[in-house]
Amino acid sequence: MNLNMFVQHFINALGLGSLYGLIAIGYTMVYGILRLINFAHGDIFMLGAYFVFFATIQFKLPWEFGVSLAIAGATLCGLLVDRIAYRPLRSAPRISALISAIGVSFFLENLAIVMFTGMPRAVLQPPWLMKPILVGDVRLIPLGLMVPTISFVLVSGLLWIVYRTRPGLAMRSISHDIETTRLMGVSVDRIIALTFALGSALAALAGIMWALRYPRVEPFMGIFPGFKAFIAAVFGGIGSIPGAMVGGLALGFVEIMSVAFFPNLSGYKDAFAFVLLIVILLIRPTGLMGEKMEEKI
Amino acid sequence: MKKFLLAVCVVLLAAGVSFGADVIRIGVVATVTGQNAFGGQLELEGMQLANKIYPEALGKKIELVVVDNKSDKVESATAASRLIENDKVAALIGPYGSGPTMAAGEVAEVAGIPLMGTACTNPLVTEGKKYIFRACFIDPFQGEAAANYAYKNLGYKKAAVLTDVASDYAVGLASFFKANFAKLGGAIVADLKYQSGDTDFTSQLTEIIGKEPDVLFIPAYFAEGAIIMKQGFELGAKFRFMGGDAMDNPEIVTLGGEAVEGFLHTTFAYDPTMPEMNAEAKAFTEAWKQEYPGKESNANAAMGYDSYVLLYQAILSAGKAEPQAIRDALENMKNVATVTGLTSFSAESHDPVKDAGIVEIKDGKKSYIYTINP
Repeated sequence: MNLNMFVQHFINALGLGSLYGLIAIGYTMVYGILRLINFAHGDIFMLGAYFVFFATIQFKLPWEFGVSLAIAGATLCGLLVDRIAYRPLRSAPRISALISAIGVSFFLENLAIVMFTGMPRAVLQPPWLMKPILVGDVRLIPLGLMVPTISFVLVSGLLWIVYRTRPGLAMRSISHDIETTRLMGVSVDRIIALTFALGSALAALAGIMWALRYPRVEPFMGIFPGFKAFIAAVFGGIGSIPGAMVGGLALGFVEIMSVAFFPNLSGYKDAFAFVLLIVILLIRPTGLMGEKMEEKI
Repeated sequence: MKKFLLAVCVVLLAAGVSFGADVIRIGVVATVTGQNAFGGQLELEGMQLANKIYPEALGKKIELVVVDNKSDKVESATAASRLIENDKVAALIGPYGSGPTMAAGEVAEVAGIPLMGTACTNPLVTEGKKYIFRACFIDPFQGEAAANYAYKNLGYKKAAVLTDVASDYAVGLASFFKANFAKLGGAIVADLKYQSGDTDFTSQLTEIIGKEPDVLFIPAYFAEGAIIMKQGFELGAKFRFMGGDAMDNPEIVTLGGEAVEGFLHTTFAYDPTMPEMNAEAKAFTEAWKQEYPGKESNANAAMGYDSYVLLYQAILSAGKAEPQAIRDALENMKNVATVTGLTSFSAESHDPVKDAGIVEIKDGKKSYIYTINP
């Protein structure tokens, strides 16, 4: 492998990894607060991609407007999911909420089949995002650079919200003790709703970038990325926001680099990722960055 | 009250049974959602068109009972059992693809219900099976045809292959292509893998680009193949892409854009752009235009149509719509004219010998450019 190819692989991995990271943050935020694995997260991701497809292709809205609309729509769906399927189960055993999450996931997938049909559809890629820039022999696609940039900006923004604002303080407090937080006069349900809203907005944005990068939408498109992102969240230490990003990047790099270094074993790239996950969890049971419980939000 | 309800149920059941006697049910394990819906939907429309043209056999109405398999192997087996046990179908058609057909075929074989495969080209589908037939050619021929065309007609000497290791179809077709290309004297310079459901192929493609092949053979299903070509194009691939029958779809340009320009694939010997058609193909093309105005047909639609026609002919020659009789009639079928050529089965082989076509994407349009005889 020459240097050019390595750089190309590096850029590919950065793009894929930061997308995983972006989805993983949604899992980690909800888990950090409610100890709930929100299986519907991957489906909010799918809805975000569909909304942008409908806005730009079906209704021919300008691209930027379509994206904002899609994020708003998916955020609303995330809030509804919390209100309808999770809030009534807040004091129920954790397993009930988990089952409810799986139910919501199936419901959203099948609803998408009924509403959007099961046929995969092509997504519009704005040409300026796809026009390659040549640096030596390495081809950089603007979108490929945009994805990590947006991800890092968003993670920084999120960290600011969590650690520097009052709702963020409330979030961190809920993650320690929900009842005490309630007694302190914090409107717990509203803070949790805010968490879902933020998580869903990020999922929608990831869905949109995913649909631009791999230009196809279908009702089951959220399953695999959602699954991988969940692994990434565990990898990085579930509950930790920087951990989710690091986990996502690590997963992206393992997947891409295992093919780059062992092209003959390319069929086993997922196996590489999972073996590494097992090794990490054996050495650090809380994941890469999930050591201190009090840092979990 | 309970007794009354029971009585109502009995009456309804009896009515159902007596109603059932007037129709012949053919079960369709269809593929209308998920990965393979592109091809599966067209197949189903082809079958429905055939059902409209040949609605009756032996004085009974033929009814298609459709169950979706969501492009999944396990769902295919479930759908087949449901059609056999609940709907008491006389025969089965479908689903799209080799892996799902093998799953459904296992169920049909045990139950003794004949199954007509549509576009399942892997040789294992019918191997050692008494009740499984198919309307299409098989991959040893398709792989050879693709390798011959790449090596002899186009003069390509270095080929790369990118295979979905979780797909029976892709693994089979890739190995037949590689074996034949190497036998002709060509070199396989890269042989990379991925798994169904993957959407990022950049690492494999970067690797392949580094090996500088003349042609990359992707025995992929359409939805994945279009994405692979798109990513290859973005990474600046200079080689030609080639694929198999599963890449045949009118939507290819919509999904792949300029990335699919020049793409070649083998397919079943039918396409609306075919310069010379047989009588069946002409009739099919006309009927399709009437039934689905504005919608393009393709080889999958033709295979769906042909599969129905083959079962229909078998029912006519059997003289009764019973699974065993239909199976025996299929096995004795000789030279039945279908859209994609003459179809014959025998006790030794449930795989018809048929032509393959080559389709090229030229100037943003599909065009049928070549026919390969077996």
